[in-house]
Amino acid sequence: MKKGSYLYFKRRLKNFISKIFAYLMTSVSLFFLGWLLFSLITYGSSHFNLSLFMETTPPPGMEGGLLNAILGSLMMVGLAVLMGTPIAVVVAVYLTEYGSPGYFASMLKYVNDILLSAPSIILGLFIYQIYVLRYGSFSGWAGVLALSLIVFPIVVRASENVLTLIPDHLKEAAAALGTPKWKTIIFLILPISRTGIVTGAVLAFARVSGETAPLLFTALNNQFMNLDLNKPMASLPVVIFQFAMSPYDDWHKIAWSGALFLTLIVLTLNVCVRLIFRQKIILH
Amino acid sequence: MGDVAEKTERILKRNSIIDTIFLRVSLIISIGVFGVCIALFAVLVQGSFLSIETFGFSFLFHSDWNPVTQNFGGLSAIYGTLVTSFLALLLGVPIAFGTSYFITELAPSWLKTPLTILIELLAIIPSIILGMWGLFVFAPSLGVDIESWLNNALSSKFLIGNLFRGSHVGINILTAGFILALMIIPFITSIFKDAFDLVPKMIKESAYGLGATTWEVVWHVVLPYTKRQVIGGIMLGLGRALGETMAVAFVIGNAHSFTISLLMPGSTISSVLANEFTEAVGDLYSSSLLYLALILSIISSIILGISQWLLRGFKKKRNK
Repeated sequence: MKKGSYLYFKRRLKNFISKIFAYLMTSVSLFFLGWLLFSLITYGSSHFNLSLFMETTPPPGMEGGLLNAILGSLMMVGLAVLMGTPIAVVVAVYLTEYGSPGYFASMLKYVNDILLSAPSIILGLFIYQIYVLRYGSFSGWAGVLALSLIVFPIVVRASENVLTLIPDHLKEAAAALGTPKWKTIIFLILPISRTGIVTGAVLAFARVSGETAPLLFTALNNQFMNLDLNKPMASLPVVIFQFAMSPYDDWHKIAWSGALFLTLIVLTLNVCVRLIFRQKIILH
Repeated sequence: MGDVAEKTERILKRNSIIDTIFLRVSLIISIGVFGVCIALFAVLVQGSFLSIETFGFSFLFHSDWNPVTQNFGGLSAIYGTLVTSFLALLLGVPIAFGTSYFITELAPSWLKTPLTILIELLAIIPSIILGMWGLFVFAPSLGVDIESWLNNALSSKFLIGNLFRGSHVGINILTAGFILALMIIPFITSIFKDAFDLVPKMIKESAYGLGATTWEVVWHVVLPYTKRQVIGGIMLGLGRALGETMAVAFVIGNAHSFTISLLMPGSTISSVLANEFTEAVGDLYSSSLLYLALILSIISSIILGISQWLLRGFKKKRNK
């Protein structure tokens, strides 16, 4: 009896300790993440005003904003999503409609999964080697290419998820009516999964707008207003990087505001996707 | 009559041609994806060929990094990459496990969804924000405190003391490990949480019915059931940490001298690339940087390959 109650006590104690551990660890992770958001808001709001969106990046010691960086990011990210999404949808259609239980399709899924979490700086290097070196200068297009390599696997995954959800009997009904496969794809499968594909594209947009590493060797940076994609182009994350690493105090302030703005955009897009489309975020 | 048959035949023929075009085009594009992956490696190998020829495998084992004498070795960057990622896992995995244990087993049900959403949103905060926060906020305050404490407490100890010698100004390998841990915590937590949620209620309730405590259910039922996904999630976090550039580049200090100490500035492969690639002068210099990139992509694709293999099937179940 005594031994039994000792054992019981030991088990209770272990359970108690494990719970304390769980509470502790949860508070640790929430503490750090709360601290992060808190300092983002306190430091970022000091310069978060209209001139941030109206003026271009200043030389040190001058007033200015991030207009050229925001526009550059918008153009490059937007084009990357526009370029990556159609190709990704075609691949997703191949995966689910043509290749599905085959060897090639499962290899393709595997490669796509690896691309999805591949180090983004390597993708930037790749574009540098095949595009920037060939054309002899950094350019917005190179940035677009590098970013679309990141957009692509995200949209493939998102579209594949929705395409596999389409019930077989719908396709069978179409086939029974004698509909050729291409008509089934264009008039049945794609319209049904449109929402999911759009969701994937929006998520990819949010993810890519925070990417810095692939732009370092491709779009580089530009201190001036530039909307020509054949020239080096500023982007929000790269400017934040440059400004934060600089020794100038007023640059730091702009970098913080830019960081706050970037985080707000990324979080808002994801929250919207969650609320409107009820879709889970694709993390891996 | 014959007219109709002819028309039908024409339509059928046309449809089958379009069908073939559809199949071919999508197949070609899909093969193109493979092509891009192979080209990625080919370009890296081709670019680093000069460096491989010059230094061979000894590149991996020495740490001279001297653009003037054109002598390059990757040891300090490789060491930095592995150590920061390992530190990130060491700190991040227990925290992620504790948090997901809390969310799935202990939290009241009204708290579960908001917590899950919060964690998932935090996982998508751009890493440059984390790096910047590490440089301006974390390193000067808590980072310095922790490091001076570690330095005082451990630097005189035998063997492990070597890890904790150095200045404690907050810009070093240890801080980079902290920031990486912070980056992968929400990420690993959400994988763990999704995995734990997949354990059938029936199994868990049977264990509770036999009188098991919450901890025993987690340790003897949930963890064995989700072993594959848990390890896969950890590996995926490792893959992330290995390739991360921005969270590290701010706080690691970018020093090429090799030290074993965690309290000294160091470098990782990706931070070296980010800082030096556009300024690299000379073929051998940029070729050596590409050699480092090749090493990084080999390591991370192996790790990611294993993790995707472990997580196979899990994603399908979760998405249903």
